[in-house]
Amino acid sequence: MKHIQVVISGKLQQTAKTGGCGSCQSSCQSACKTSCTVGNQACEK
Amino acid sequence: MQNITANELAKIHWFAVPDGFLLLDINSGSVLRIDEDTANCLERLQAGEQPLADDAEILAELAELKQQGLLFSDDAYQDKYEPPAPVLKSLCLNVCHDCDLRCRYCFASTGSFGGKRARMSFEVGAAALDYLLEHSGKRRFLEVDFFGGEPLLNINVVKQLVAYGREREKEYGKTLRFTFTTNCVGLTPEISAWAEAENVSVVLSHDGRPEVHDRQRVFANDKGSYQLVTEHIKQFLAQNSRGNAIVRGTYTAFNKDFCEDIKHWLDLGFPRLSMEPAVELDGERCLHESDLPQLKEEYWKLAKLFEQRRVDGQPFEFFHFKLDLKHGPCLPKRLTGCGAGYEYLVVTPEGELYPCHQFVGREGFKMGDLADGITEHGQKLSEQFRQAHVYNKKSCRVCWARFFCSGGCHANAELFHHDIMQPYELGCQISQMRLECAIWLAVKEVEQCS
Repeated sequence: MKHIQVVISGKLQQTAKTGGCGSCQSSCQSACKTSCTVGNQACEK
Repeated sequence: MQNITANELAKIHWFAVPDGFLLLDINSGSVLRIDEDTANCLERLQAGEQPLADDAEILAELAELKQQGLLFSDDAYQDKYEPPAPVLKSLCLNVCHDCDLRCRYCFASTGSFGGKRARMSFEVGAAALDYLLEHSGKRRFLEVDFFGGEPLLNINVVKQLVAYGREREKEYGKTLRFTFTTNCVGLTPEISAWAEAENVSVVLSHDGRPEVHDRQRVFANDKGSYQLVTEHIKQFLAQNSRGNAIVRGTYTAFNKDFCEDIKHWLDLGFPRLSMEPAVELDGERCLHESDLPQLKEEYWKLAKLFEQRRVDGQPFEFFHFKLDLKHGPCLPKRLTGCGAGYEYLVVTPEGELYPCHQFVGREGFKMGDLADGITEHGQKLSEQFRQAHVYNKKSCRVCWARFFCSGGCHANAELFHHDIMQPYELGCQISQMRLECAIWLAVKEVEQCS
């Protein structure tokens, strides 16, 4: 393609079926605990 | 010529980065590089204008990517999301409602949480661990964070509880993961060795440059703690071969140039870092909307430094730039967020239960206690928190960052709006600017690998 280049092919919607085991670390959203995003949590699978 | 609908435009987010433009497909998580012509075309469409004749080629490419499922993806859950049942997986033990510092921005009223200064007994802490093990269902990995106040003021109980937890976890076939968050004043070599031996993760508080740190993080006599704390962190990190410690700081309106504090940490040899904005309602430290342009510039300065150091073979970790766009957390996790009030609870020294550490002492947020469990009021609170997800928050439903931030911090929402359903806007805007930097860095890493 001339104008657009795919860098990362995401499949987030599919994880609605495959994810949700709940084994991952809790992700505090408050500043004092240094975890304001869940996007950076690691998956345990 | 095929056009793009307003509904489709709402499913993507594009933004400028130092070397061009990136586009995020919000629901799939795909990231694409777009050229300036495409960015201009999308801007025209977003403004409600008709595409130009020259846009035909761009629109054809966008349509093709849609066909491939990489663009304008649908939300997997919209209007049919049901949060998971309440199962406890994480406890914060406020083992000490007291502190040996008097940090000026402390949300916990310098350790007391607005109440009396107190320390948790081993018996209360042990009951809390039992409560977690009993109420964690099939969850195998459980987290316990020793917090305060300053947890090292009650280190003997902390050590006893880690030993107790190690015994109890075997009986349940579960794994307890321990962390403590410390101001580092009492961080002795002996405690450092114990944390390393017991695989306890540690969050080390430090604010960066001496004058910045000493302005906020002071002893009761108003003397700055920089010199002592810096030496303690150095000795701690020298023993920390596991790499499970992070240095975290708080920036305020006094150091909006916080990238200089991060450079100072790097000069000190601190490799894993996090720097957070102070959250305050008012006062001289308070950040305002008018600060956002400068903060955005600062985050981009930091992102460029991060990238340059990676290219030069001198990488460091910055918590908010850690973003795995290929194998990151699943969608259910992104919707659950912190789980405060139903997956995560805090225990006070007296054994009271609150939705999270920030809610301790706030009127109406006590959920129960270890002796009698969650009260009827607590159960109602738990359900309110469980339902406080991005699909139920008006501003989050239309925000491109909703699957990264999970709707933000409930405590900040309650602090600013007395409503956990209404996020703290400044926090949202800072999260968005950090995320754009993080997405760019993730793209750079992928491009370098390929």
